[in-house]
Amino acid sequence: MSVVTNTTTIGAIEAPSRRNTELMLVAFAVFISVFAYANVGLAMNGSLPSGMLGYGTGLTLLAGVGHLVVRKFARYADPLLLPLATLLNGIGLALIWRLDQSPRLIRQSKALYHSFSPDAPKQLLYSALGVALFVAVLVLLKDHRVLQRYTYISMVVALVLLIAPMFFPSVYGAKIWIRIGSFSIQPGEFAKIIIAVFFSGYLMVKRDALALASRRFMGLYLPRGRDLGPILALWALSILILVFETDLGTSLLFFGLFVVMLYVATERTSWIVFGLLMSAVGAVTVATFEPHVQDRVTAWMDPFSCYATDPSGACRQISEAAMSFGAGGTLGTGLGQGNSDLIGFAANADFILSTAGEELGLAGMMAILLVYGLIVERGIRTSLAARDPFGKLLAVGLSSAFGIQVFVVAGGVMGLIPLTGMTMPFMAYGGSSVLANWALIGILIRISDTARRPAPAPAPSPDAEMTQVVRP
Amino acid sequence: MNKPLRRIAIFCGVLILALIVRTNWLQYGQADELNAKKQNLRIGIERYAHERGNIIVDGNPITGSVVSDSTYYKYKRTWKDGPMWAPVTGYSSQVFDATQLEKLNDSILTGNDDRLFFDRTLSMFTGTKKQGGNVVTTLNADAQKAAFKGLGDKKGAAVALDPKTGAILALASTPSYDPSSFAGNTDTDSKNYKKLLDDKSQPMLNRALRQTYPPGSAFKVVTAAAALENGLYSNIDSPTDSPLPWKLPLSTQDLPNEGPLPCKNASLRLALQVSCNTVFGKIGADLGEDKMRAEAEKFGFNSEQFTPTRAYASVFSKNMDGAQTALSSIGQFNTAATPLQMAMVASAVANDGTLMKPYMVDRLTAPNLDTVAKTEPQKMSEPMSKEHAQMIQQMMETVVEKGTGTMAKIPGATVGGKTGTAQNGINNSGNPYAWFISYAKTAQGSPVAVAVVVEDSNATREHISGGGLAAPIAKAMMQAVINSEK
Repeated sequence: MSVVTNTTTIGAIEAPSRRNTELMLVAFAVFISVFAYANVGLAMNGSLPSGMLGYGTGLTLLAGVGHLVVRKFARYADPLLLPLATLLNGIGLALIWRLDQSPRLIRQSKALYHSFSPDAPKQLLYSALGVALFVAVLVLLKDHRVLQRYTYISMVVALVLLIAPMFFPSVYGAKIWIRIGSFSIQPGEFAKIIIAVFFSGYLMVKRDALALASRRFMGLYLPRGRDLGPILALWALSILILVFETDLGTSLLFFGLFVVMLYVATERTSWIVFGLLMSAVGAVTVATFEPHVQDRVTAWMDPFSCYATDPSGACRQISEAAMSFGAGGTLGTGLGQGNSDLIGFAANADFILSTAGEELGLAGMMAILLVYGLIVERGIRTSLAARDPFGKLLAVGLSSAFGIQVFVVAGGVMGLIPLTGMTMPFMAYGGSSVLANWALIGILIRISDTARRPAPAPAPSPDAEMTQVVRP
Repeated sequence: MNKPLRRIAIFCGVLILALIVRTNWLQYGQADELNAKKQNLRIGIERYAHERGNIIVDGNPITGSVVSDSTYYKYKRTWKDGPMWAPVTGYSSQVFDATQLEKLNDSILTGNDDRLFFDRTLSMFTGTKKQGGNVVTTLNADAQKAAFKGLGDKKGAAVALDPKTGAILALASTPSYDPSSFAGNTDTDSKNYKKLLDDKSQPMLNRALRQTYPPGSAFKVVTAAAALENGLYSNIDSPTDSPLPWKLPLSTQDLPNEGPLPCKNASLRLALQVSCNTVFGKIGADLGEDKMRAEAEKFGFNSEQFTPTRAYASVFSKNMDGAQTALSSIGQFNTAATPLQMAMVASAVANDGTLMKPYMVDRLTAPNLDTVAKTEPQKMSEPMSKEHAQMIQQMMETVVEKGTGTMAKIPGATVGGKTGTAQNGINNSGNPYAWFISYAKTAQGSPVAVAVVVEDSNATREHISGGGLAAPIAKAMMQAVINSEK
């Protein structure tokens, strides 16, 4: 067990592991989050919140466990991913806790469900489960290439996950939930990881066929039908999701993921053209007869004009979100001092960003968006560094899915694109989302560890031996 | 695979960049527009998020704030003697916006005004709660009470001015409403508000500023000033060239007087004392519309007054023929005046011919009572020379001494006044409006000028007269001001 000496000394032979950098950044992320939590308490009740100790210890424990596990099981991993995820999760918790105290939301909840229970403790529990999943990924998944074996299984699982919500009743206009008793999950969040796995495995095998064995037609390379089959199936599926589950966000996410991965695998620009064409056809077709989607588009065009009249509530929500951002201005009102709770329903989920916008202001929003951007870019950096095509594809798939999700949600809330029902990774309230995104970060960290590990395996070290002993 | 990877990296960067640009646009570029949206509840929430500052009369607040049980609005506005002060304060309702001083000085009252910036910054460091500034009015609580009590259950309005400065001392309107009755956002508040809107007697109408009435004979003061200013007559005691009966120009109709009055070639003093229609009608016809209108406009007719609450423009018509000008000159035809306007007429006379701009906010103060803005008295116009003003004073004093306005006599003070009983409705079908305008003078000069109009009361038609109904109210108001001066 000479691990300790290895990590504290950065030798000239090995690439630096950067674990201490990560530790400091994690500590910083925890500090910022605890500070935000204290700030909310001081602003809203004039005293330090009573749950401060619990929240602080909880977050420190989670981040600490995450860090220790990375230190032990992925010591060459990218040092930024864990702190960034911790920061977002921590700030998200503070914002959710802030919205828990809103008398308006409490009254609304009591009117709707005859009860109110705060979401922040639940979110803290989900975060713990998320970190547990993160730990499980790092401990159990010794090498990401193992996932290759499950290419077709993951396709089946993804299909099941995506189709299942069709058989469950719709919640707030979108069928994106699987509900069994009091337990419910949003399978779309997990499906994005599983689909990325499937694509990586499939494209790694078929990429040459897709890139080369094609006919030229009007300047575009058209691939052979048998290679195209699974892709067309996925395109059809994303349209089906849109139609039957009225879930604009998920279908957009899968489509983006699908185009990006095809492009990376085949290196052919024609795939982008192809993908965009297909998505445009799909979107326009669906938009012409799906009222839910039409509502969203109307609300996007001019939310204030249909503020009072719209039946779906989308106009009101988007208007309120826009006014939240406006009210925040450059520096924000300060945590706990805004009125973002006027958005009402989903204020702490899909619309959590408008609370950030109002209370942290433009400055805070830019910081948060940059943190998201950094996660995506570190993911793609990992992909660039990865030495195996499967790892490359998986890393770029996961990070671009993450990036597209951020864009789709934030763009929707800010009125840049029509609103879709998806969660802001890490910040928004919701178990599925937090769990899935921690797993996603776990996989990225695993790939980056493999990628950054010194190329020629060093002479047998106690470290390597140990990992071999644990390998199942 | 690295080349497409780099491109994807750029693509994702562009996505994030688009979001950053958008958030800049929303929070920096569009922020003001979004904050001003009528759907934005924050405006109301902010208005009641802290204890509002107060409107102050004679050093005492006439408003207050209580913690409201609403989840939107932390505080609720309250008023002391709401109905009495409503024409001054206006209302400030969580749901139905605000009016008058509550609205016009909203930024001071909420404490958001830029002029309070220093104060806000200071309290940020000292940790004191945010507070609103105060609006200190020029009103005189006793005069206001006298006006409101005098009007009682009658419909009408009364205004008292300080002739030397133009400061408004009283501003009453009846029937009135209690702004407290719909300050919150409960169902009862909405019901009360709706009931007030539907009420036929229009309790929310500010009759002192926003209602014009034919001024009737009270307008003869303006006509007298026009006659003297234009040199038509120069002595108030020499006989005028006034036949009786007098035919309206280009008409077959005689202009009647109210009864068999000694109006034939009566002097100006006598004509005002007994209120001769023929004498003043003929003055109007002789001077012509242009000169009459010019004089009326010097008194403030045909333009809106801002006190700072906006008062409607009083009317002296354009493009009238001789008969119409004659009728207008005795305050009939299209001539219409707000009570404020008629108080301005009386105050210009009392102030030796100089009309001061009426105002009712003396100063705005920060929460710590430091003055952030003060209204300086402003001269508005000079409708007549000092000499002519003093002549009209003599005439008006005769009216009170032994004419139609004897009810307004105050022991120990010189009172000048003019009554008016204005016809109302087609062919005089409605109850006439009873007017009284007056001023009081003590050894120190004139502290008060008053206009009172009673639109409707329980008195029978024959008993409605300016002298009988309106003069006692004016007297009570003037007395209140004189007593508080001592």
